[in-house]
This record gives sequence, C-alpha cells and structure tokens, in this order.
Amino acid sequence: MGGYFSEIFNGSKSLLIGMGITFREFFKPTVTVQYPYQTIKMSARFRGHIELIADEEGKPKCVVCGMCERACPSGCITLGSTSIEIEVDGKIKKKKVLSKYDLDFTKCSLCGQCVENCSFGAIEFSKEYNLASTRKEDYHFNLLERLKRLEERNA
Amino acid sequence: MSLTLLNVIVAVVIAIAFAAANAAYLVWAERRGAARIQRRPGPNINGPFGLLQPPLDGIKLMTKQLMIPGGADKILFMVAPVLAMAPAIMSFVTIPFSEGIAAHNMEIGVLMIFAFASMGAMAILFAGWGSRNKYSVMASVRAVSQNVSYEIPMLITAITVVMVNGSMDLKAISTAQAGGFWHWNIFPSLQSPLMPISFIIFFICSLAETNRAPFDLGEAESELVAGFHTEYGSMGFGLFFMGEYANIVIGASLTTILFLGGWDCPFGMFPGVWWFLLKIYILIATFIWIRWTFPRTTIYGLLNLSWKILIPISLFNLLLTAGLLKVF
Repeated sequence: MGGYFSEIFNGSKSLLIGMGITFREFFKPTVTVQYPYQTIKMSARFRGHIELIADEEGKPKCVVCGMCERACPSGCITLGSTSIEIEVDGKIKKKKVLSKYDLDFTKCSLCGQCVENCSFGAIEFSKEYNLASTRKEDYHFNLLERLKRLEERNA
Repeated sequence: MSLTLLNVIVAVVIAIAFAAANAAYLVWAERRGAARIQRRPGPNINGPFGLLQPPLDGIKLMTKQLMIPGGADKILFMVAPVLAMAPAIMSFVTIPFSEGIAAHNMEIGVLMIFAFASMGAMAILFAGWGSRNKYSVMASVRAVSQNVSYEIPMLITAITVVMVNGSMDLKAISTAQAGGFWHWNIFPSLQSPLMPISFIIFFICSLAETNRAPFDLGEAESELVAGFHTEYGSMGFGLFFMGEYANIVIGASLTTILFLGGWDCPFGMFPGVWWFLLKIYILIATFIWIRWTFPRTTIYGLLNLSWKILIPISLFNLLLTAGLLKVF
C-alpha cells in the first residue's frame, strides 16, 4: 500500500519536473535558421565543388601546369591554355594563360586530390551547396567564367 | 413561437462560429506553442505571426478530393466525421459563458454534456470500422477502450461536484461558486476535503476523453499511421480535427464551470464573460503544454492509470463526500 502511494507521488513529481523544463524552454529564444531567409556560414572544412582562386589583379592564379587534371582519379577536370606575349624588362616573352577550366561535377567524388596537388594554391573548395537541378548539364561548371562573375560581384 | 425559433437559429450559428473559430485558431496556437517549446518559430510566413495559416489550411483541405477507399462501409465512413463534430457543437448550446450568455440553459446540463461527449467514442468507432483498414480498427478499438475507462472516473468526479452543489444545472453550479476563489469548488471545503484531487482527476480524464497526448492512442502516428483517421482526407479529416479542438474547448469549459467558478473573478471584481474565457484559455494552454511535454503512454499504462488509480481514488472521494455531506 505504501508503494502504491509513493509511486503516484513520484510519478506526479517527475511529470511536474518535465513540465517545468518545457516551461523554461518556451521562453528561450529560437535556435533554428530560417533557411531561405537566413543562411549560416559554412565551416572551413566544408567541401563544395572546386573553384579557382584569383590573384591581386583578379586573374586566376593558375599557371596551367595540369597537375590537377592528372591527379583527378575520375577525370572531371579539363584544362585549356593559350599563349600570350607580354613585355618583361623590355623583352617580349611568351606566357601560357588559362583559357578554359571545366569541371564535370557529376563525376567528382570530392576526394580533394586536385587541391592537394596544386603547388600554386590556385584551386580551393567552394562553399557552394545550393546546387539542386533537374538537368545534368547544370553540373558542368565553367570555373573560369565563375571566377570572372565572382570578381565582378566583388568589384 | 417564431421568436424562439429565431433564438435557436442565432444560438446555433453562434455556437458553430465559436466552435469553428476556436478549432481553427487553436491549431495555430498549438503549432506555435509546440514550436516555442521546441525552440522553433513555428508557422510565421502567412500573415503577421502566421495568423493566416488556419484559413489557408482550411482552403487547402476543402479543395482536396474526398476519397472513399474501396471496400469501405460508405455510410459509416461518411457519417463518422459529422458525428465527431456535431456533438461538440451541440454541447456548446448548454454551456453558460456568463450570467446572461447561454444559448439554452438546461436543468440537466451536466448530464447532457456527458451524453454528447460519449458520442465522440462512436465517431471514432465508426471511422475505424468503416474505413476497412487494420490500423484504423486497431486505433478505434484502443480509443474506445480508453474512452470507456476514462468516462468512469470523470463521471464519478462530476457526481461529487453535483452532490456538493446539489444541482445538475451548469449555471446554478457556477453561481453557487461566486465570490472569490475560496468559494470555488477546487478549494477544499469541510464537505469535500479532496476537491483539488478531484480537479486533477477531472483534468486528466478530460485530456484522455479528448484523445490528447499523452493519451492519443487513437491516432498514435508512430505506430498506427494516423490511427482512426488514416483513410480520411480533405474535409473529412478536417472535421475530425475541428471536432478534437472543439472537444478541448468543451472540456476546458466544463472544468472551468465545475471547479474554477465559471465566470467568477478570483478577487470578486468585474465578474463577466472575460474571466470565463481567460480561464478556459489558460486550461487549453495547459493542454497544449502537456501535449508537447510528455511522450505517449502505452495502452497498459493508460488503462492501469484509470482502473488502478483514478477510479479507486474518485470512488473513495465520492464516498467521503457523501458521508461528510450527511454529517455537516
């Protein structure tokens, strides 16, 4: 009989403690991010698709050595180059410039070999994650154009 | 004669409007309250504070097709949602909101409300049986066994209150408690010293009678899809939903009248309908608060609570009150 009443008492007490907790939570500020209206900063280790890094002049740092293309196990990266003539110390020199950097993101497994192998710090993971699409062509990225777009936006 | 008819029509229209408006906006309050407890904002896109959410939900439900599953008992299937909503609206007729605000005051108001409340179990049974779905049948059997076992302690506590006040008239019970909170039935008196416990039993039973969490075994989403209304879509589902919330308002009103002095002010100032509304909305807020605090009980825990704890205590309380009424 004593157990009967102590069970009722303890049960009611634990219910009241539970209600106290939810009462306190009710008045605390909300913690959710209202996604389409708010976004949070992606963490430093987030791996989006790769993107080109610009130098001080806004041109890609890439020197078209092709290490990333060769390192890629899935063959996602296609590089293209043209040579231009520039004047250095009064002499005319030829220089290789990046003309095309295509990424086929449908094949990419985000292993990061391209970023590891780049000796010039010219590519990095982007923080892009809003990539939903119904067409696979949307995942063939022209990174050179993307860099140009980002530079224009920053300027 | 025609004036009486007009009175009835006006009363019914007001009762339906009150029930529907409450049902719609209690859903909003429930969702906002749940969200706050879970540290989310809840529906906040449509209109200021999401206040346009209920009418938009209503439009969405009304524009959907009402599907009747093959092999279902058509008549029972169509009758069930109506039977869930109609008794709730009818119960509003006899509830006195204030001294002068009651559609039709009856000598046997308590009896009438309990009679209509027991029809809610029929709606659930019809819905579960008529849908030809094993989840629905399981859920309706559970819900009916739950309603039957919780009606007993609820009625016994109501009888205790009726005995103390000597009337089944809701208005008379309310007026008998006028004049500050120490006159209310919840306050222990010489004649029934266990009144606070009666109040708690009545409150728990009204939670169970309205199939609210933690006693929502009738719709147990995690086990039985959606319980008895699994097969219902469109406004059939909408009526069940509105019926549930209308029943919550009835439960809160009845608790207020039987235990919390109806429209009486706790400090004896400005008695009126606002005190009644304040009390029922505080009770409803507690309903919502409880729902989002406790997990669902098992069917054994639920029936044990009723048969082993609530019924013995309420019976003891009834006998004690009867004896003390004889003595004093």
